[in-house]
Amino acid sequence: MIFQGLHTKFKAIVIGGSAGSFQGITRILSRVPEDFPLPIILCLHRLKHVRNGFMEALSIKSIKNVVEPYDKESIKPGKVYLAPANYHLSIELGHYFSLSTEEMVNNSRPSIDITLETGAYTYKNKLIGILLSGANKDGAMGMKNIKDSGGFTVVQDPRECMINTMPSAALEMAEIDYTLSIDNIIELFFEIHKLYK
Amino acid sequence: MQEIHIVDIRKLTEIIKSKYGYDFTNYAISSLKRRIIRILELYKFKSVDALGKRISEDPVFFEEFISEITVNVTEMFRDPSFWRILRDKILPNILLNNKRIRIWHAGCSSGEEVYSMAILLKEMGILENSKIIATDIDDQILKRAKSGVYTVKNMELNEKNYVRFRGENELNRYFKIKNGLTYMDKSLVKDVSYRKQDLVKGGVFNKFDIVLCRNVMIYFNQNLQNDVLKKLHESIFKYGYLAIGSKESLIWSEIANKFIVANNEEKIYKKIKE
Ligand SMILES: C[S@@+](CC[C@H](N)C(=O)[O-])C[C@H]1O[C@@H](n2cnc3c(N)ncnc32)[C@H](O)[C@@H]1O
Repeated sequence: MIFQGLHTKFKAIVIGGSAGSFQGITRILSRVPEDFPLPIILCLHRLKHVRNGFMEALSIKSIKNVVEPYDKESIKPGKVYLAPANYHLSIELGHYFSLSTEEMVNNSRPSIDITLETGAYTYKNKLIGILLSGANKDGAMGMKNIKDSGGFTVVQDPRECMINTMPSAALEMAEIDYTLSIDNIIELFFEIHKLYK
Repeated sequence: MQEIHIVDIRKLTEIIKSKYGYDFTNYAISSLKRRIIRILELYKFKSVDALGKRISEDPVFFEEFISEITVNVTEMFRDPSFWRILRDKILPNILLNNKRIRIWHAGCSSGEEVYSMAILLKEMGILENSKIIATDIDDQILKRAKSGVYTVKNMELNEKNYVRFRGENELNRYFKIKNGLTYMDKSLVKDVSYRKQDLVKGGVFNKFDIVLCRNVMIYFNQNLQNDVLKKLHESIFKYGYLAIGSKESLIWSEIANKFIVANNEEKIYKKIKE
């Protein structure tokens, strides 16, 4: 596949997902190579009161290690971060994270909209947003924020999603650059990887 | 959602600082921004300027503002494993050298954390030997804390946490339900003193065996965290403990080397140097 609009100025990738996204995300992470250059920030809906296990489950399936950032931890190239249970994850202007326990947004904490929106604000047109399978509309607004800031937007093909409410909502609300299967999303990662070599 | 600019936020924090002496300048910017936008929508202000004008003219409204700008979301026995470690390791350790335990809840919000502590102390049989001080910047939330009245919905979550904590009883032994609300057994907190205190501008006012400041400093930027941590350090007896939120860290702060890790998973630190 040929992707238009890819370039080496990208600084980060944010991936949002909810119900039905676990398999897709692990398939992606099982292929993203060790020396992939950009930070990958995962905001996935998860059980609010189960603090442990999820990060480990993702790590096992990934080539790279997955970590839950601490509050005010700086964002490093090539690392994979996962929003911790029961906290919103914001991306701050100095390229670091902050956490908060504000009210749920779209019935969710972490809320994908919050991570995407703060990411768009911080990285402007240097952010890639990817939204996977999910059962609510969280993330749609955030994808619009990314597009409005000049970033690159991708949703998982609704026909492939276990539950397509989330990518469909994003397609309705925002201009989406590519609607892709998980296999093609993996290809997108390979293309980005090549660009930075 | 409307977009607001950092310069507008700066103007607002200046007004608040000069008029009321609270300083939000070094609060973490993205959550502060979301809080301000939320207030604009809630009270239908057209702009941050309009909000600033109202604040500078209306001290009563300012109280409400403080209440809305702060994030008060909390739970009883939040992170049940934290409370288990307190019961099984940390408090017994304090009791080795002390008859009394002096406890400070800094940023106690609506008081769930205080009730968790009181219940834990009661079940350990040491509630009478403990002195708890609970503080927050937000007067309205302190009133809620003192009232000990919570919604049934929140109490369901609290009960789940209590089960995970593996308490001795059922949580419902400590509250009554009336008219769709839960009323905590106030005898648990009869010796607790609730006070308004600002961690940013306020000074060190006492010393404690353990200070809990959980999910409060996440709303501060790193510089402010550092300043507040210095005060917390000063407020703890040597070999006393500091507990912060499970996703916070001391690593970046100046006082990091004055503490050792007592429990890394639950973010409990022991003070070893003045
Ligand atoms: C999210 S709650 C944490 C409650 C509880 N400690 C917990 O972990 O569940 C944060 C609390 O910090 C308080 N707070 C914010 N800024 C403060 C300050 N400068 N001084 C004292 N308390 C503050 C807020 O009013 C709020 O009640």
